[in-house]
Amino acid sequence: MATYNLKINGKDQQVDVSASTPLLWVLRDHFQLVGTKFGCGIAQCGACTIHIEGIAVRSCQLPVSAVGEQKITTIEGLSENGDHPVQKAWIEHDVPQCGYCQAGQIMSATSLLNQNPNPSDIEIDEAMNGNICRCGTYTRIKKAIKTAANSK
Amino acid sequence: MATVKTTLGRRSFLKSSVLAGGGMMLSFSWFAGCEIPNRKEAATIEMPEEWFELNSYIKIGDNGVVTLFNPNPEFGQNVKTSMPMILADELDVDWKNVIVEQANFYPKRYDRQFTGGSQSIRQGWNILRTAGATAKRMLVTAAAQHWQVPVNEVTAKAGILYHTATNKEISYGEIASLAAIQPIPEEVELKEIKDFKIIGTSKKNVAGTEIVTGKPMFGIDYQAEGMLIAMIIHPPAFGMKLKKFDATKAKSMPGIKDVFKIDTLKSDYARNYFDTTTFTELITVVGNSTWEVMQAKKEVVVDWEQAPEHTFQMDARGNKIAINVPAGLESTTVHQTKMNQYNKKPGNILRKDGDPEKAFKNAAKILERTYSAPFLAHNTMEPVNCFANVSAEKAELYGPIQAPEFIIGTLSERLKLPKDKIQINLARMGGGFGLRAYGHHMIEAAVISQEMKAPIKMVYTREDDMSYGIYRPSYTATYKAAMDENNNLIAFHVKAGGIPESPLAPNRFPAGAIENYLAEAWEIPSNITIGAFRAPRSNFIAGAEQSFLDELAEELGKDPIEFRLELLERAKNNPVGENNDYDPERYAGVIKLVKSKSNWDEINDKSRGFSAYFCHNTYVAQVLDLEIENDKPKVNNVYAAVDCGIVVNKDAAKNMGEGAIIDGIGNSLYGEQTFKDGAPQKLNFDRYQLIRMSEAPKSIEVHFVENEHSPTGMGEPLFPPIFAAMANALYRATGQRHYQQPFIIEKKIIG
Ligand code: FES
Ligand code: FES
Repeated sequence: MATYNLKINGKDQQVDVSASTPLLWVLRDHFQLVGTKFGCGIAQCGACTIHIEGIAVRSCQLPVSAVGEQKITTIEGLSENGDHPVQKAWIEHDVPQCGYCQAGQIMSATSLLNQNPNPSDIEIDEAMNGNICRCGTYTRIKKAIKTAANSK
Repeated sequence: MATVKTTLGRRSFLKSSVLAGGGMMLSFSWFAGCEIPNRKEAATIEMPEEWFELNSYIKIGDNGVVTLFNPNPEFGQNVKTSMPMILADELDVDWKNVIVEQANFYPKRYDRQFTGGSQSIRQGWNILRTAGATAKRMLVTAAAQHWQVPVNEVTAKAGILYHTATNKEISYGEIASLAAIQPIPEEVELKEIKDFKIIGTSKKNVAGTEIVTGKPMFGIDYQAEGMLIAMIIHPPAFGMKLKKFDATKAKSMPGIKDVFKIDTLKSDYARNYFDTTTFTELITVVGNSTWEVMQAKKEVVVDWEQAPEHTFQMDARGNKIAINVPAGLESTTVHQTKMNQYNKKPGNILRKDGDPEKAFKNAAKILERTYSAPFLAHNTMEPVNCFANVSAEKAELYGPIQAPEFIIGTLSERLKLPKDKIQINLARMGGGFGLRAYGHHMIEAAVISQEMKAPIKMVYTREDDMSYGIYRPSYTATYKAAMDENNNLIAFHVKAGGIPESPLAPNRFPAGAIENYLAEAWEIPSNITIGAFRAPRSNFIAGAEQSFLDELAEELGKDPIEFRLELLERAKNNPVGENNDYDPERYAGVIKLVKSKSNWDEINDKSRGFSAYFCHNTYVAQVLDLEIENDKPKVNNVYAAVDCGIVVNKDAAKNMGEGAIIDGIGNSLYGEQTFKDGAPQKLNFDRYQLIRMSEAPKSIEVHFVENEHSPTGMGEPLFPPIFAAMANALYRATGQRHYQQPFIIEKKIIG
């Protein structure tokens, strides 16, 4: 057990856990930030996607001890009122079915748009291929990403 | 206007005393519990000071805000929006003033809280309309009383009541207190279909904002004071059971409270059909946090042994029967050999028209093809989980469940608590696809909580989930068609079976369209557990049948669409046999619609596959275009035509159709669970391939036949036929027919 100081969604937070604990479980079990989801635990599904310094990272494979001073953003901290352009585009296209994968999808999409404001179809595929949607909302996700890109 | 008796859905008028004062049985406060619909105006919805309950589905606030309860469990099919839309339309309220809440399992208040078989809307239709119309009638009566005017002079529109002769109006909110004490009318009038204002439009998912902002809404998100985390260890293979285990090291690890064995069902308990439990003896590890429990789980040293052949008791509609579970460690290679053997032997004849034996004997030509498909795991994105808090007096559960009514009795037996002391609260489910019709996880969580005397949340790892069973069965089907010397189709034979059930539906198309017809089934027992999986049985047999019809059309020198239409014409004008369970006209209707929407006659330069199917009361026809890029199929467009009667929520219905199509394309190419010595070989998404964004179609169009038939389901029917649309398009692109799913594994796809 060790104490870690984390910067989560703009707040300084402390947690006492073992060094190997994946950030996913720190967020979910210790900070009740359950918007970040558990899907596979082996970096294959993307449900646990968060941002480290604005870049998409699979939190199930990131030990808490490796985070350090870096800024963590989760779906809960993406926008103050759920009005990030990507979130708005998701509503506009009524993307979700069950909704379980969608936080991860949104975090991957926002990271993509942070780095590439006008991605092509192929670039969208590449950035989003790590996020599985078992309900099959891919065509809507793609449309929403394009809408969000154009709204900026 | 149609008049209906309100005895329909009568349970909904039982005002429970628990609800005295308009309160709810949930432990959350109104504000925290109320979902604000995701519209801009939503932010301005003000909560009333007082609520008045008109029936189980409807509460009206003194300021006119309306709360509608969605009775059925939600797993992404969006019943939470569409079922309240039906209520709102008959109630005649402005959707802007509606708040939707998920009802918990409350059999005294709701008639049918089961999500499955694409039946929520179909079976809820009359109940919800009646509930909405009854509440409206009570509001109208109250206004008439208030104004001292005849009831039939009062009209209602968008939450306001009018008496035109005297120029009076009053809002639902103002009259709600008087409406709530009106007697329930014996009969009510339902709207004419042409008068619907909300049904048939597109309303956004009422949970949209919560989803995109990551609010806790799934079972796995649940937190409670003093809650512990539990995980289970189940045998690594079907046909194995626990011998002994040593948890000394695991118990000493940080954060671990206990490691022990649980028995989920007692051996003398007679199970119901949804009590599918692969392993009744499990080890559980309980601790403070998920990661600590995961670590300790790996340190439990377990000895497994082969389970002998055994039986369990099943309660089959009041009759106790013994179900046999064979011993042995099964493998996919052996399954395949066995299925081929069974498929060569005579099966059970399920339907016979004319004299098929003679027709085949006299045939000038016979086309025979065999199709097969593997077991499939549901792989819901949210792994199996459940929260339970069980004390000596009562139990509270919260988790993903499609069929709470089928697990409540089992819980009651196992926990030795009366049913009314067990509250099942319905979490939004991170996918269902049939898996969550089976409530074994609720029993497991409850038993662990009872032993620990603490609230616990039990969570499966992905590996536990994918290897637990309740799979879509593995199937094989052989189709044969006989032609005479003029190349006319004279006989048709299907023989289909599986492990452990046959996928055959003998009265479906093309039965009824061919003079000489034979359908036979067979089954191979197994200890691998199976369960409902999106469009059970149809999800295989549709693909096999429609692939065969494609090849048969080619053999007959006919266009695949014209060939189906000819058969349906025959079934309509001069049907063969009885009990043909489809309407040839509606079936042909979707085929013609997709033909025109896809420009079937004009576009000849694409690799397109056609397929159609009728199941779960809904007719579907599809055209899929693809090209081969780097030896991989790239699906460009999918056109679907659907006849599901009245469409309640258009865009949401399209979303579900798109999802079913993508799901089917993925499973046709990659989906399979395989076994070696009883052990499932795919335990996580590194080996179990699911479709990803780059493989999804570029565009999907879902078109609806417009008619006034009562609505039928959308969750399943677009899934089964797409397997054949894919196979038939692949053939046009590569010249190779595909007979074995998954197609990517079957043979190399060459451009
Ligand atoms: S849970 Fe992290 S990628 Fe699946
Ligand atoms: S919406 Fe259900 S997994 Fe994506």
